[in-house]
Amino acid sequence: MDGIATGIAQAFGLIFRLDPDLIEIVALSLRVSLTAVGLATLIGLPLGAVLAIGRFPGRTTLVVLLNGLMGLPPVVVGLFVYLILSRAGPLGVLGLLFTPMAMIIAQTVLITPIIAAISRQIIRDMWVSYREQLLSFGATPFQQAQTLLWDGRAALATAVLAGFGRASAEVGAVMIVGGNIEHSTRVLTTAIALETSKGDLPLAIGLGIVLIVISVCVNAGVFLLRGETRIEGAGR
Amino acid sequence: MSAHILPLHLNNISFMANGRDIIDGLTHRFEAGPLTMIIGPNGAGKSLLLRICHGLIAPHAGQVDWEGPQGASAQRYQAMVFQKPVMLRRTVLANVEYPLKLRGVASSERRDRAMAALERTGLVGLASTPATVLSGGEAQRLALARAWVMEPDVLFLDEPTASLDPSGTREVEGLISAIHQAGTKIIMTSHRADQVHRLGDEVVFIHAGRILEVTPAKQFLKRAKSSQARAYLAGELLLEP
Repeated sequence: MDGIATGIAQAFGLIFRLDPDLIEIVALSLRVSLTAVGLATLIGLPLGAVLAIGRFPGRTTLVVLLNGLMGLPPVVVGLFVYLILSRAGPLGVLGLLFTPMAMIIAQTVLITPIIAAISRQIIRDMWVSYREQLLSFGATPFQQAQTLLWDGRAALATAVLAGFGRASAEVGAVMIVGGNIEHSTRVLTTAIALETSKGDLPLAIGLGIVLIVISVCVNAGVFLLRGETRIEGAGR
Repeated sequence: MSAHILPLHLNNISFMANGRDIIDGLTHRFEAGPLTMIIGPNGAGKSLLLRICHGLIAPHAGQVDWEGPQGASAQRYQAMVFQKPVMLRRTVLANVEYPLKLRGVASSERRDRAMAALERTGLVGLASTPATVLSGGEAQRLALARAWVMEPDVLFLDEPTASLDPSGTREVEGLISAIHQAGTKIIMTSHRADQVHRLGDEVVFIHAGRILEVTPAKQFLKRAKSSQARAYLAGELLLEP
C-alpha cells in the first residue's frame, strides 16, 4: 500500500510541477489523437451521410463491412499500417514509420469506421423524418446531406467523441507504428505501459491521472453541448 | 394568378400497395383559381394523391402533367406543408430562409423576403427563437411562412390543422385564405366538413381511391351529388366497396 500512496503523491508532484517530460508526452498525445479525430471526422461524417441517404449497389455490403470494422483490434491496425509504411511496403519511401505522422495514420484508420458507422445510424434516423420535407424543398442530394449533418450536429458530436475515446485510449497501434521512442513518439498510453513494466510507478500513475482527466473533460464538454440542445428540443 | 405551371392534369393515375389499389384509375384536371379541398374518409387515398401531385411519390400507372408554360420545371413553382412539418434545428428566421438558400437566392434578399414572410404570418417576434421549441400552431404557421416565401404557384396542404387546437386552427386557416388571396392555388386535404364550410371553393370528394364528385363547396355541403358523400356528411362510416 505504501508504494501506491507514495506513487500517487509523487504523481501529483509531477503534475503540479509541470514536469517537462510529462508535458511533452501529454502534448504529443493530444496532437496525435486530436489530429486523427479531425481527419476521421472529415472522412467519417460525409461517408456516414452518403451511406445513410445514398442509394447505390453495394451499399448494404459497405454498411455491414463498416459496422464490422468498428471493432478493429488496435494491434492489427498497427500491424497493417506498419506493413504499408515499412521500408519494403508500398509507402515505405515516405519514411513515415516511427514518426508521429505514422501514429496519426494508424489512429485515423482505427476510428474512421467508428465515426462513420455511428453517424450513419444517426443520419439514417433523421432522414426518415426529414426526407419528404427536403425533397419537397427541392434539395439536391448534396444539400440534403449538408442539412442532415448540420441539424444532427449535437448527436454527431457523440460519434466524434466515441472516436476520440478510442484513439486516446488505445496503445497497440501507436506502439507498433510509433515505437514509443523517447522525445519523439512517446504518448500517454505507451509511456504508462513502459513505466509500469520498468517499475517507475509515480510517472505511470501521473500519466494515468492525466489521461483520465483529459477523457473526463472532453466527455463533460460534449455532455454540456448535448444538454443545451436537449432543452431546446424539449418543447414548451 | 400567374400562369406558370397550372393546370395540373392527372391522367388515369393508379397506385398499388400490398396488392391493393390505393388509387385506382384517377383522372382529374386541377385548374388555377379556386381553393380546392380534397375530402374523404381516412384511408381514402387523400394524402397519397397529394404526394403524387407534388412529385414525392411516383404513381404505378398514369401521368402527372403540369400543362402550363413552365410545366417542365414544375418543382420550382410548388410547395407543400405537411401535417407534422419538420422544424429544422435552427432559428425561426433561418427556417424561412432555408428554401431560398437552396435556390441560390442572395443572402440580403433572402433575409428581406424571410422577414416579410414572418411579418405576414405573425412570427416576427419569434424570429430568433429556435424553431424546435415552437408550439404546434406556431410550427404550422412557420411551415406556411416557409412555403409562402418561395411564392409558389401551387401550395399543397396535407391536413394542415389535424393536430391543432381551435385557436391554432383559426390562425392557420386565416393564413391559408391569405395565401390563396395573394394568388397561390391551394390544394388541401381535410376530413372535416366544417373546414369546407370555412375555406373551400370547390370539393373533390374521394373514396377508395376514386373521385366520386367534384362540386362547388356550398353546393357540396347543401346537397352532394354522390350518395357516398351524403352519407359521409351525415356522419356515417364509409366502408370500402
